[in-house]
Amino acid sequence: MFAWFANPDRFMRLSAWALPIAAALAVVLFAIGLPWSFLFAPPDFRQGESVRIMFIHVPAAWWALGIYVFMGAASLMGLVWKHALADVAARAAAPIGAAYAALCLITGSFWGATTWGTWWEWDARLTSMLVLFLTYLGYIALWAAIEDEQRAARLAAILCLGGLLNIPIVKFSVDWWNSLHQTASILRSGGSAMDASMMQPLFVMALAYLFAFIALLFAGMRAHVYRRRAVTAALRRARAS
Amino acid sequence: MTMWRSVSAVFRRDLRLAWAGGGAAAPLGFFAGATTLVPLAVGPDLKTLALIGPSLLWVTVALAALMILERLFQADLEDGSLDQLHLVDAPLEFIVAAKGAALWTAIGLPLALASLPAALALQTPPHATIAVAIGLLIGLAAFIGFGLFGAALAAGVRRGGVLIAILVLPFFAPPIIFGAAAASKAASEGLGAPGFLLLCGCALAGVALGPIGAAAALRQQTG
Repeated sequence: MFAWFANPDRFMRLSAWALPIAAALAVVLFAIGLPWSFLFAPPDFRQGESVRIMFIHVPAAWWALGIYVFMGAASLMGLVWKHALADVAARAAAPIGAAYAALCLITGSFWGATTWGTWWEWDARLTSMLVLFLTYLGYIALWAAIEDEQRAARLAAILCLGGLLNIPIVKFSVDWWNSLHQTASILRSGGSAMDASMMQPLFVMALAYLFAFIALLFAGMRAHVYRRRAVTAALRRARAS
Repeated sequence: MTMWRSVSAVFRRDLRLAWAGGGAAAPLGFFAGATTLVPLAVGPDLKTLALIGPSLLWVTVALAALMILERLFQADLEDGSLDQLHLVDAPLEFIVAAKGAALWTAIGLPLALASLPAALALQTPPHATIAVAIGLLIGLAAFIGFGLFGAALAAGVRRGGVLIAILVLPFFAPPIIFGAAAASKAASEGLGAPGFLLLCGCALAGVALGPIGAAAALRQQTG
């Protein structure tokens, strides 16, 4: 199935349709999710209105991790089956993942300032998200530093897989000093600790983030494919003249 | 048997190279300078120094380890010895591990030795200094193991030192967390602190996985 998608021409035809659909879905979901989160969802009985930061913060954290896993899978496909499009997918996903991680860190900082009374706490989850953000930056920097695209793709894929191994270790190591941040409250044994009135807008927002990612990913991948075609065309023209 | 002969030849070559140009003196000098300057900046209050001393040693050693990574594979790539190393009858992973072991011997051991007087000067109780130095020595194995990976990825990049620093920083996080925690508890718990065992785990992971990742990256660097 992946081999079928890996054909750049087929991808360009498909994504020409899929990109606007994903973008429209993202806009609609944000249009539902944002007012729901900020106007209609109930304020928390202890945190008051500041709990609304959660609807921005938590989906960003989920997808910052999810995008890295996606990049790991794409990198593996790029390394094993040498699909050029898989490399492009991983490369295009990295800045989006970095932006989600940054959004998570910044909103987390605001949330921390209002509820914990501190802008930054060297707590387990904050620290591991910071390390994830740095991992994204390293990946982007490696792509930028190597001129030969083939080689950059291979090396970045190897780095991405190494980072995939490292992130659980970092998570585990920083859990050691576990402090202010709450532990998992949605996926836990004994059911969710969160009321449905907050959970529903949270999931709408998570879906909105997902479709925003898909739309941006396709846009980025299409840009890379176009750029590569432009380079090839320029080379061909240079050779002909 | 010839395989082990090649591996040990690489080990001896890198050991000699590390000291030949005086390259191994640079991280030592950095370590000495940093551990001298920080107390001057913090002030001579012994309680504060005792509090931050072990962490300071760990940060300095991690940075000293970063210094040596840039030229590690770059020199071999530029003068063609990396192509030769591909042809050796031993797997590239073993060759890379031998280079790492040479680095650890040439630079890790002297750094750990240098940490003994530095720890004393930073008010670590004398009976705990050995435990702190052993922790640093094991931590250096982790730093060099993960550092091999970062250095191999950035081998083809000119002035890749900053890039290597960004690449390996996430990998340095776990050993430095556990190592500094163990060093802070060295006075009361010696080598029995839980952080110390976790540090050993990190070092084992670095020593086992670093060369594999580095070899995979180096195979992409040539040809």
